[in-house]
Amino acid sequence: MLNPLLQVRNLSKRYGSRIGCEDVSFDLYPGEVLCVVGESGSGKSTLLSTLALRLQADTGTLHYTSTEGDSIDLLSLSEPRRRLLMRTEWGFVEQNPRDGLRAGVSAGANIGEPLMAVGARHYGQIRATATQWMSRVELDTSRIDDLPASFSGGMQQRLQIARNLVTGPRLVFMDEPTAGLDVSVQARLLDLLRTLTSQLQLSALVVTHDIGVARLLAHRLMVMQHGRVVEAGLTDQVLDDPQHPYTQLLVSSVLPV
Amino acid sequence: MTTMPTAVPGINPPAVEGYNFAYLDEQTKRMIRRSLLKAVAIPGYQVPFGSREMPLPYGWGTGGIQVTAAIIGQQDTLKVIDQGSDETTNAVNIRRFFARTAGVKTTQKTAEASIIQTRHRIPEKPLTEAQILVYQVPMPEPLFKLEPRVIECRKMHALADYGLISVKLYEDIVQHGSIATTYDYPVIVNHRYLSSPSPIPKFDNPKLNMNPALQLFGAGRERRLYAIPPYTPVKSLDFDDHPFAVERWDHACALCGSRESFLDEVIVDDAGKRMYVCSDSDYCHERRDELEAKDMETGVSSGAAAATADQGQTC
Repeated sequence: MLNPLLQVRNLSKRYGSRIGCEDVSFDLYPGEVLCVVGESGSGKSTLLSTLALRLQADTGTLHYTSTEGDSIDLLSLSEPRRRLLMRTEWGFVEQNPRDGLRAGVSAGANIGEPLMAVGARHYGQIRATATQWMSRVELDTSRIDDLPASFSGGMQQRLQIARNLVTGPRLVFMDEPTAGLDVSVQARLLDLLRTLTSQLQLSALVVTHDIGVARLLAHRLMVMQHGRVVEAGLTDQVLDDPQHPYTQLLVSSVLPV
Repeated sequence: MTTMPTAVPGINPPAVEGYNFAYLDEQTKRMIRRSLLKAVAIPGYQVPFGSREMPLPYGWGTGGIQVTAAIIGQQDTLKVIDQGSDETTNAVNIRRFFARTAGVKTTQKTAEASIIQTRHRIPEKPLTEAQILVYQVPMPEPLFKLEPRVIECRKMHALADYGLISVKLYEDIVQHGSIATTYDYPVIVNHRYLSSPSPIPKFDNPKLNMNPALQLFGAGRERRLYAIPPYTPVKSLDFDDHPFAVERWDHACALCGSRESFLDEVIVDDAGKRMYVCSDSDYCHERRDELEAKDMETGVSSGAAAATADQGQTC
C-alpha cells in the first residue's frame, strides 16, 4: 500500500466567528486527482489556500510525504522550507492567470523564473527548457519572447500551467483552472491537464464549481457545503448515485446540453 | 573619525558660525554612526536610519551628505565627485557645504582625500585603507522594480531568495541579446546580500570587489544605510553562458590619451562632433600633468594631445 502524499485530519479555518472550512479530513495518494466541488462560498477556495499553506489553519493536522519518504508536519513548517517546498515539489495554478504570472516579463522568463529561483544560472538551458514546456502545453514556441498580456486567456492559463510544472512538482493545487474560458478552450485545456497529470504521475487537488470538469478530470470527488465535506467518494459513484440531498441538488442542476 | 561639538578655528578655513560641526546635531550623528556600525557588521544589509531633512533636495545626495557629516572629523580631507567630476554643481556645492559647516580641508586630488563622497563613479585611482568612500544612493533596494511589496523584499533578503533578480537579467538578454544593464548593476556582497551598488557604471563594479577602502552607502529618501567593509568579496550577477563583462571603448581619452578609464561622450559643436574624455576629472588632470612634465624633459611637444586639451577646456 502506498503512503498518502497528503494527509489531512480535522482541518478547520475560521474567519472570526464565520466558518471558512470545518473539520475536513482526507488522504491524497500519489498520482491521484481529487476534485473539490460546491457552490460559491462553500469554503472550497479557503480549503485550498489552507492546504497550500497560504492561510494559517486554526485546528487540525496536515502531513506531507516528501520525496525522501519522510512525513513533514506542514502546519509547523518554517518559512524557508515552505518556500522551498512550494518551489520544488508543489505548484499552484491560480484561477486568474494574471495572479500567477509576472506581467512585466516575457513568457520565457515566466516559465524560467521557478528554475532560476532554485539556482539555474545558464541562460541557454533555461531557454531550452522554457521552449520545451511551451510546446508541451501547446503554445507557439516562436512567441517565447512575447509578454503574457499579448496572449489570449486560454493561452495565459496554459502558460501558467507550464510555469508551475517546469520544476517537476509532485503536487499541484488548482483553483478553478478553467473558469472564465469559453467552452472549446476549456475542453482543450482539460484534455491537456488530463494528459499531463497522467504522463507526469502528478497528484492534483482541483477546486471547481463545474461538475463537468470534475467528471472529466477527477478520480475522486469531495462535495462541500457551508464549509463542511458532505459527501466524498469515487467520481462516478458520487455523480451517478448521489446520497446527500445537497449533492443530489448539485448534480440535478447541471444544465443538459 | 572623532568629532567635537565645535570646530577649532585657525587650522582650516573658518566654519560658518551658528551651525554645529558638520551641520547635523550630535545626537543625529550618533544615531547615524550606530546604524553605520551595524551596516559594516552585516555587509550589504540595508539598515534603516532616521534620515533628516537636509538643506538640499532629495535626489541630490541627502543620504551621502548625512553619512559624510556623521563620520567627518576636523583632521579629514574631503573630496566630492559627481559623475567622476569635481567641478559639477552637485560636487561643488557639497564640497562648499562641508568647507563652511565643518571647516575641513577639501581637495580635488583622490590621493589626498581621506573621505570621498561620490555620485555615480568610483575614482580611477586605486583607493587605500586610509580612505572612506561615501556613495549617494537614490534607490537602495535592487528588487524594487521587480517586487513592489517592501515586506516581501525584506523576506527575500532574509531568506537569500534571489531568483527574481535573474529574471531581470534574463529579460535583458531576451530584449537586447546581452545583459544590457550598464549602471546600478546588482551585486552579491560577501556571498550573502543582494545589493545595489548605486548608479555607478558597471565598469566600476570590479572595483567594489576586495577594495581596501571602507565603502558606505546612504539613501536619504529611502532612509537606508549599507556598507561594504574593506576587503569584502563583491560579485556581479550573471549567467554561466553570459558572464559579467565591463564595457570597453574604441577611443582613447581625447585629453590624456587614457585607454583604461571610463569615458564620457561629449558633443562639442552644433554639427554633432563628439569627443571622448575621462569622466574622472582628477585622473585626467594628473595624467595630463605627467605628460606635460615628460614633454618638458624630452623637449618634444605632444601636439595632438595638447591641441585637443585646449579645445576640451573651452567646452
